[in-house]
Amino acid sequence: MAISESTAIRSQSRLSSFLNNETVRSVFYQIVTLVCVVGLFWYLVTNTIENMSVRGMSAGLDFLNVSAGFGISFTLIPYREGDSYFRVFQVGIANTLLVAVIGIVFATAIGLFMGLARMSSNWLIRTIARWYVEVLRNTPLLLQIIAWYFGVFTLLPRPRDSLDWGGLFFLNNRGAYFPAPVPEAGFGVTLAALAIAIGGAIGLRYWARKRQEATGKHFPAISVGLATIVLLPLLVFMLSGRPLTWDMPGLQGFNFTGGLNVPPALGALVIALSIYTSCFIAEIVRSGIQSVSGGQTEAARALGVKPSWTMRLIILPQALRVIIPPLISQYLNLTKNSSLAIAIGFPDLVSVWMNTSLNQSGRAIPIVAMTMAFYCIVSLTVSFAMNQYNKRILLKER
Amino acid sequence: MLSKSHNNQRGSSMLKIIVPVIATVAAVASYSSAAIAQQTLAQVKERGSLNCQVGLPTPGFYGLDADGTWSGMDVDVCRAISAAIFDDPDQVQYQSVTSAVRFTSLANGESDVLSRTTTWTAVRDTQLGLDFTTVNFYDGQGFLVPNDSGITSARELDGATICVLTGTTTELNLADYFRSNGMEFTPVTNENVNVLVETYLGGGCDAYTNDKSGLAARRSAFPSPDEHTILPETISKEPLGPVVRHGDNNWGDVVRWVLFGQIEAEELGVTSENVEEMLESDNPSIKRLLGVEGNIGEGMGLDADFMVRVLKHVGNYGEVYERNVGANTPIGIPRDGSLNAQWTDGGILYAMPFR
Repeated sequence: MAISESTAIRSQSRLSSFLNNETVRSVFYQIVTLVCVVGLFWYLVTNTIENMSVRGMSAGLDFLNVSAGFGISFTLIPYREGDSYFRVFQVGIANTLLVAVIGIVFATAIGLFMGLARMSSNWLIRTIARWYVEVLRNTPLLLQIIAWYFGVFTLLPRPRDSLDWGGLFFLNNRGAYFPAPVPEAGFGVTLAALAIAIGGAIGLRYWARKRQEATGKHFPAISVGLATIVLLPLLVFMLSGRPLTWDMPGLQGFNFTGGLNVPPALGALVIALSIYTSCFIAEIVRSGIQSVSGGQTEAARALGVKPSWTMRLIILPQALRVIIPPLISQYLNLTKNSSLAIAIGFPDLVSVWMNTSLNQSGRAIPIVAMTMAFYCIVSLTVSFAMNQYNKRILLKER
Repeated sequence: MLSKSHNNQRGSSMLKIIVPVIATVAAVASYSSAAIAQQTLAQVKERGSLNCQVGLPTPGFYGLDADGTWSGMDVDVCRAISAAIFDDPDQVQYQSVTSAVRFTSLANGESDVLSRTTTWTAVRDTQLGLDFTTVNFYDGQGFLVPNDSGITSARELDGATICVLTGTTTELNLADYFRSNGMEFTPVTNENVNVLVETYLGGGCDAYTNDKSGLAARRSAFPSPDEHTILPETISKEPLGPVVRHGDNNWGDVVRWVLFGQIEAEELGVTSENVEEMLESDNPSIKRLLGVEGNIGEGMGLDADFMVRVLKHVGNYGEVYERNVGANTPIGIPRDGSLNAQWTDGGILYAMPFR
């Protein structure tokens, strides 16, 4: 009896110990939650599709093969009016990425400069930088975009009275026109030389740093590298007989034809985005530099290290650890803020896909879903890439 | 370690309760929306007002004046429907939404009728959960150019920059016209028509394209309207009319027959002035129109004298036209010889028989 009792107790306690096991309970609840969440999304999707079909609205992505039929004012990739909606989607993505990349480059450059200017010992520079940041950071971006477009770019003269520089560069209210390089046969050699020069410069820097770590001798790798990048392709270009012609913009009828055209909407959007984001980046840079203790600068100065070397080799590498995470957010903000192009009619993804295509085809739900998916993927990619870089420069504690 | 897993369990059991609750609420909400598709007229009567969707204020079709009063051809469509249902043309809530949401806003029930110079096309009629009722204005697309550009024909617009409202049939027709004539163009698009007009006036584009009625309406508000011409070419058919939600056939009938009634009234000579006397008329067509005989109104869920109400408060088609876009208005689109004349005068306005 005692044995059977204890067996019963032991088997009971085995069951209850299974039920009371932390891991088991946590796994169970997590499975239940996962099923509920997946179930909710499944329900939302099927409910939406069912409601749409009740109302006679077509769901599904078959409209992507239909010819879009409208013109787009600026396209990075080739586009004709008869192309499909999917092509329009690609055009929108290309335009958005163009604005994002150019905006990020300019915003970082201006922001870095302004951030350093705010730390300057010169009172005038410091005050100008401070006012720049304070005023432009606190004005809504949409207002800035509209101000640039309507206050600057549309007030430029008509094509007939364009501002021109030397007959090569023209500026009017239809855009800015530059001579476009037209590579001829044989230009590939110059491009190859450029690639070799860049690779060589990177290798040179790597070699110079290794040599400095080993022997302490400094080699001016950056200047030599830059010189190589400029001179080598130039030499190859001259030797191969200058295989490059220029397509000059010329006024024909209503507009300038030929050359490279930057429409006013693109110019206003990129400038406004860059300036606005640069204010935030300036503050981030400043906070990063201030996070490095002042003793570092003093010690560097005491050792006789040049000020530019101090900033570049001592302060900035440590400051970057503080700068990079908020910088990621600003890059993502810039990419998403490019959707304000809709206010000035620049055909970025939101304007040409979520507005024009949505109106023309009427398929609101698939179009909005595709737009959201794109921004989500881009944001996650940029975030992932920058986090990898961040991990590489983090303080490694031993 | 112990507290972390304890919190985990508490958090996930909270989630376990919240998630099914949300799912149930969503299910209940969706049931109600599916059921109302058939009952727009009943809903409008119960609400006591009509939700009429118009566009950004445009003189002549849905113009907004300084007191906040709406007026125009498309506004009068809604006023006529309101008069037919409530015997009061002003029981209307005007919704001015952007073109991006106009169709979804109608299809999901936020508006009862969409009356904003919308072109009747196959895609819109079949794939967007909408139904077109009839046409209240036959229009065509044209180009507006400044006089000092010296352009006299649309064929001379090769290489031009053209302002066009995005998301409209205008945009598509423009591309088709230039493509089929082997011409190039650069579009300047925006979803806000006021921005486009400003761009055109500032010289940012060489021509502005829209339905010719829209061009005339916009030009009437220009600082110097005489310095702009509408080019002679009409490059497309633009039948404009009110739109309703797909699935409620009775509501579509109401909208359609109110409009047909107004056109028929003009053909029979019944106006807002003489509708009271016409009630005594012996003409069987007039008696059927005004509900003295027959049960056309009751068959749709309206009162028998719904056309009397419409004509008294809003007038027949001719009066509506002359009041809003006629020759004496700043917009000044002459009716004689155009498509919008009665079929007896050489136009194509033709009401289906009221019997």
